[in-house]
This record gives sequence, structure tokens and C-alpha cells, in this order.
Amino acid sequence: MNAPPAFSKQALASALRAILPAECLVEDKESQRPFECDGLSLYRELPLLVALPETVEQVQAIMQCCHRLQVPVVARGSGTGLCAGAMPHPEGVLLGLSKLNAIMEIDPQARTARVQPGVTNLSISEAVAPHGLYYGPDPSSQIACSIGGNVAENSGGVHCLKYGLTVHNLLSVEMITAQGERVELGSSGLDSPGYDLMALVTGSEGLLGVVTAVTVKLLPLPEVARVVMAGFDSVRAAGDAVGAVIAAGIIPAGLEMMDALAVQAAEDFAHAGYPRDAQAVLLCELDGTEQEVDQHIAAVERIFTEGGATTLRVSASDAERALLWKGRKSAFPAVGRMSPDYYCMDGTIPRSQVSHVLEEISRLSTKYQLRCANVFHAGDGNLHPLIMFDGGCAEQVARAEQFGAEILELSVAVGGCITGEHGVGLEKLAQMESQFSIAELHQFEDIKHAFDPALTLNPGKGIPILKRCQEYRALPRKHQHG
Amino acid sequence: MADLLAHLQAHVREAAANASPVAIRAGNTKSHLVGRYCHARPLDVGDHRGVIDYQPDELVISARAGTPLPELESVLAEHNQVLPFEPPRYGGRATLGGTLACNLSGPARPWLGSVRDAVLGVQLINGEAQVLNVGGKVMKNVAGYDVSRLQAGALGTLGVITQIHLKVLPRAQATQTLAYEMTASQALETMCSRAREPRPLTGACWVNNRLFLRLAGAASAVRHTASQWGGEQLDDEIWSQLREMSHPFFAGKAPLWRLSTAPNAPHCEGVEQCIDWGGAQRWLRGEARSLDLPRGAHLSLFAGGDRDTEVRGALDPVQQRLQQRLKKSFDPAGIFNPGRLYSWM
Ligand SMILES: Cc1cc2nc3c(=O)[nH]c(=O)nc-3n(C[C@H](O)[C@H](O)[C@H](O)COP(=O)(O)OP(=O)(O)OC[C@H]3O[C@@H](n4cnc5c(N)ncnc54)[C@H](O)[C@@H]3O)c2cc1C
Repeated sequence: MNAPPAFSKQALASALRAILPAECLVEDKESQRPFECDGLSLYRELPLLVALPETVEQVQAIMQCCHRLQVPVVARGSGTGLCAGAMPHPEGVLLGLSKLNAIMEIDPQARTARVQPGVTNLSISEAVAPHGLYYGPDPSSQIACSIGGNVAENSGGVHCLKYGLTVHNLLSVEMITAQGERVELGSSGLDSPGYDLMALVTGSEGLLGVVTAVTVKLLPLPEVARVVMAGFDSVRAAGDAVGAVIAAGIIPAGLEMMDALAVQAAEDFAHAGYPRDAQAVLLCELDGTEQEVDQHIAAVERIFTEGGATTLRVSASDAERALLWKGRKSAFPAVGRMSPDYYCMDGTIPRSQVSHVLEEISRLSTKYQLRCANVFHAGDGNLHPLIMFDGGCAEQVARAEQFGAEILELSVAVGGCITGEHGVGLEKLAQMESQFSIAELHQFEDIKHAFDPALTLNPGKGIPILKRCQEYRALPRKHQHG
Repeated sequence: MADLLAHLQAHVREAAANASPVAIRAGNTKSHLVGRYCHARPLDVGDHRGVIDYQPDELVISARAGTPLPELESVLAEHNQVLPFEPPRYGGRATLGGTLACNLSGPARPWLGSVRDAVLGVQLINGEAQVLNVGGKVMKNVAGYDVSRLQAGALGTLGVITQIHLKVLPRAQATQTLAYEMTASQALETMCSRAREPRPLTGACWVNNRLFLRLAGAASAVRHTASQWGGEQLDDEIWSQLREMSHPFFAGKAPLWRLSTAPNAPHCEGVEQCIDWGGAQRWLRGEARSLDLPRGAHLSLFAGGDRDTEVRGALDPVQQRLQQRLKKSFDPAGIFNPGRLYSWM
């Protein structure tokens, strides 16, 4: 059914050798291994070639070459993605952008920084800290993940409740189109002429273009930030307390919940002093001026106490604040220590549904005979159930996947969505149909065609291709973990 | 309160079948603003109105596109919440749909975001008369392309927006306006420096040789900052005058231009100006096309002048092609607001 590729690996390799220095082209299978998957290692594939360009000109030349040969291209930042979005295409080029890692310009008066796509999220904040500034969105993977990947996924973090997602913190994005043209979206001001293509490209999972430069907005470092940690004897009580904080007119800088299992894991890992007997722990960070933080801390303490908090602790120093966050920020690896593998889900739900959804997840956990810890961006309703399984056992993998799929469908059923920040990638393609109608999926497909008529950019990810499936290369096979 | 979805869908179906373009309008407050004139047959969506759902604890409100802003704001006020992006109400007739289509936001934009930033999801009738629900009612949603935010500033050229889900915010506990006499250049410098401080700044404008700063947030923080920053303490009138364009600067028939730029770009002399958004938006009166613009800045004719020619700058050819193809993907027959954004769109 599939037409054989119109090019040979040899022809492609020699075309790319003319563009790249030898050390920037990875041709042998063994050296390609590190690129076979992203953070979701359930899905693996080797590409034909890995290209690691050092300049935007090289990126552009590679894109032009792949366009000419009609070769699929999958962009990759740091490979921390959790939806197999950066998994290579077996007949394509894996375009790694990690060598484009310069911070090109910092403009403290405009509160902006211009960076290359491979720069890590955290290093932006570190570079601008001497100016009293930082970059708002802070995924838990921020030491490793790249800003290009953040743009591609519209990543969030614990500070997004107050400071927004990636899409709220960008001014402009330079990208190379599927045809290999270089184009700047957005502008130095807050508006730009015509359609907001930058908003469209943000979160588009590398399907509409390859991001080669990003101008981010920066925020002033708050004068103070303190965190309140509270334990509750039920998830419902903790959920209600979250609603009460918002209803009191307070928007915390971060508001996170962990259930009993996640608390155990995080405490074993970080020794942060979380109450091991609690059914749910809330972490609520308040930032701003000293007066404001004092005022809000007092209010939040009162709300949590009235809401039945069984333990309450307010950070007294930045070191204590960092410790309280450490457990939460390392919750994924912490759960990873409890089980050979874990599978992280990412549904977003209306906050009022949290107790219901967590009860359902616990029922499903019994049904599938797999443990599940829950970490929750409670302020904005983004739930991360972490399903624990053994990837060495095919039968458990299948159960974990079914468990995950049911959680996503449940998220949609209660008025939410299948992914709040990790993206659809390859992993959630099947669930797109539970969230969107055929007409909606067709519209997405038409948008894809508008940017990438030949469908060579990260094919088989993000959106199901309905109309032209017969012309479309088959989805890469899914490989067993381990 | 009326649900006219089926009726609107039928209209679009017919318009598409006959390739007969429509000019979408609701409150009709902006047909002579933001974009070019659109001479097609009007399609009224103003009666498709009403708040559909509001969950104060979730900070989310859903309303039909024809809902007038004051109606929405009074529902929010009952729970002490607001539209953070401070859209102009233009005498009370401006609607939510028009606000999103024109991406109009008030003085707080650099700090609290625009309507583009607040939109969570939309329902839209595309050019094939299909009703699409994209985005959602939750704070975070990255499934599918962000078609909701794409509507901001598209001037209704991609479809008929019928319903909008928005993120809202609690009303600030306290506000305080501070004023200082200074030149435009001094004001730009001051605005940018103040914006670098971790203070509850939510407005910074300059007009008639006066810089105005607005503090809004926790009462303690506003009071403390006001005492440190000095200046003359005023009521908040200047901000609603800016938001509604009722300030005398906006009066009269001279063309009104909007310059979107980096906030620290130098002041361009030679034309009457009002600076908003902490320097990122500059309103100019008269003839602005010949001015020497800062690098990366964009000029557009917001009101007055010749609205049958292009009112915004040309796009580079790659962007223009992408935008044209995108338009086609939503509206293959070209029936929605032809020419409103660009003559060729
Ligand atoms: C422990 C852990 C914690 C995490 N916590 C969070 C969290 O709190 N919040 C959150 O949102 N995510 C989180 N993630 C997910 C992940 O870190 C983010 O999705 C991140 O943005 C991915 O960045 P990356 O550079 O690793 O991208 P990759 O994994 O390399 O790629 C991700 C996607 O982006 C595309 N892409 C990458 N670079 C480009 C580019 N330059 N141009 C175009 N497309 C590109 C790829 O094709 C792929 O589809 C976490 C992951 C882990 C492992």
C-alpha cells in the first residue's frame, strides 16, 4: 500500500553530509539509540538519520533538502516530552536542536530575552536573574527541557496558575516551514498584523514548523515567596480548600495537590516533612511584596484550618520553601522508584470534579490491579495520575494503557480534556476522537495541510489524519519497553 | 437570551452555497474600527446572546458571542470577579464576540493579559457551516491546534464565533493611581524601570505630559508601593478614559494610528501621541505613515482615515502565503468578512 520511499538512505545521507559537518550526522544504529524515544519510552523507533545542526542556516538547509526529497522530519529538543511526540520516524530524519543553545540577547528594560530553541527552560531564568527577572513557566523538567520543546507543547508548570502557560509568555517565534523558508511570527510589541500564527504554532507539537528562535517575556523576581503546606484527611476536603482560596479572591503563584500514594513516594524521596498519614497534601505558594504575602498567607492559613487541615506548615526561609517544593517537583522520579515503570497521564478537569475523578481512578486502579499515585496542578485542574506497572510484562503494559485511556475518557466526560500540557503526540491520538468531532478533526487536518501540504513534519503525531490516510505513511510500530 | 445557533448555521450554509459573502456584526460598534470596511451583506449575531455557564470557583465563564460586555460584567461582579483584559464597552453595546474578533484589551494588558490570553475555548461556525467546539472550559488544554486563540484579531474572517469560554479573575482588593509631570521620553524610561520592579503595577500610560501609573492588588501592597513611589494620588478615571477612548486625546476626526512596539523603543517625535501598555502601545494622531518607526514595530490605522485601502502593514511573502492558506482551510469560499483584515483576504 505504501509507496516505497523515493530516496535511498544513502542519497539522503550524502545530501545531508553536504550540509553538516561529519560529527553532526549520526548514521549508525548504536549511536542513534539515545534518540529512539522521548520521556515516554513505551514508544521507540530508530530514524534513518539523526541530524544535529549547529546553526539556523543548517536547519533551513536540512528542511529544504528533506522537502525536496519528501522525507519526514521530526524535531527534537531535549527529549523529555511525555507523549512520544519526539519519537523518530523510521523513514525520516530526527532533527535534534540541542546544539542551538545560545542565549542571544537579554533586554532587561523591555523584559525580554531572545534565545535559540535548544536553550533549557531553567537556564533562561538563571541567565536573567542578575537583572532581577525570570521566565514564568516552570515545567518540573525545567533543568532539562528546551524552550523549543516548551513552545511545541505549550508547556506549563506550577507557576502557570498565576503567570500563564508558554503561550502567554512569548513575544515572537522564528520558525522554518516545511518547505524550508524562514519566517518570524509575533513581533516586538504585543500585537502583530494578521492572524496570530504564533498562538497557533504554540502547542502544535512540531507539526507546523521547526522553531529556531524564541523571544520570551520575562517577569520581575518577586520580593518574597512563601509556601503553605497543609495535610487533609480526605481528597474532598483538600479540593474544597482549593476552591475556597480562589473564592477568597487569591490567585496563588502555585497550588498543587498530592494524594496519599504520591505523598509517600515524594516523602521517601525528598524528606520534605510531608505528613505521611494525610490522604491529600496541598502546597500553596504566595508571592509578591512582603505586605501582600503576609496578608495572603494569613488568609490561606485560616481557609485551610477552617477547611479541616490536619497539619499546617508555612515556609520560614527560601531553603524550607525549596525543600517543600522539592518533593512535589520530583514526584515523577519518586514514583518511578516505587515501580519498574510508570505511565503519566495528563487530563485536565473542572476543579469541582476532582474528588469524583480521584474516586473513579481508585476504582479503576482496583479494576486493572495497578497502583496509581496522583499529582495534581490543583489550581488549574490539571491532573497527573501516575500508573505504576512493569514494562517487562506485556500484559501489564496493555493493562496500564487501557487504564490510562479510561482516565482520559473520564476527563472528557466530566467536561475536561485529554491533555493539559504534555501534548497528544503519538500516545493520545486514539483519544482525540473522544474529545473532538469528525468535523473538528477535519478542521485540524486542514490547518496541518495549510502549513505542511506534503505532511512531512512529524507525521503521525498530534492529530489523526482522516482524509488522506491512504496516502499517508503507516504509523510507526509500537515497540515493547525494556 | 436567545440561542440562534441553528439559524446562524443555516445562514452560513446558504451563504456558502451561493458563494455570497457576509459581514458579521453584533453590537456594530467596531465596523469603522480596527479593520478595513467590509461591504458585504450583514449577518447579525447580536441576538445570539446570554451567559450560559459561570463557575466562580473555577474562574471560568461561558457566554454566547452576542452577549454585551456590561451584561457579562454584571454577572461577574456578583462574585467580585472581572474580565482581566478590560475590554472597551463602547457605550455598552460592544459584545464578547466582537471583542475577541478584534482582540481589544484595555490598559492592564501587559500585566493581566489580553482577551487572546483569557480565551479558553470557542464554538465557531466555519465556512462549511460546521459547528466546531475547540479548546474547552478548563484552564489548560493542548489537544488539537489552538483555534480559539487564533480567532483573536482575525476580525471574523475565519468563521462566525458563536460561544466563548473565558478565564476570569478576582477583582483587585485595592487600586491607586499615581501621576507625575514628565516628557514622553522620561515617561518611557520610568514605565520600563517601574515594570521591572516586583510591584502590583497594572497600568502605565502617558498623555498630555503626564505619566500615570496604576497599582492594583492586595491593599497592603498597593498602599506600601504608593507611599514608596510618590507622585500625585488620583482616582482611576484616566484608565476608563483610555479603555473607552473617551479621553479628549481620542476626540475629533484626525486618523488614529496604533503603533505596537517594544516598550523601550524610543519615542518618535513629530506627531501627537498617547502612550499606553507601559510603552508597548502608542496611539498617534494625524499622518503617521511617514514616521521613522522603531525596528520590529507595527503600525495600523485604528480609526478614521481611508479604510478602503490597507489599514495595516504588509506581511512578508511567507507569512502572507501561510495566512492565505489558513484562511482557505476555514473558509474555502471566502464568505466571511471579505477584505476586512486585508484587501486580499
Ligand atoms: C520528569 C518530567 C517532568 C515533567 N514536567 C512537566 C511539567 O511540569 N509541565 C509540562 O508542561 N511538561 C512537563 N514534562 C514534559 C516535557 O518536559 C515538556 O513537554 C517539554 O516541553 C518538552 O521539551 P523537550 O525539549 O524535552 O521536547 P522534546 O521531548 O524533545 O519534544 C517535544 C515535542 O516538541 C517538538 N519539538 C521539540 N523542539 C522543537 C522545535 N525546536 N521546533 C518544533 N518542534 C519541536 C518535538 O517534535 C515533540 O513533538 C515533564 C517531563 C518529565 C520527564
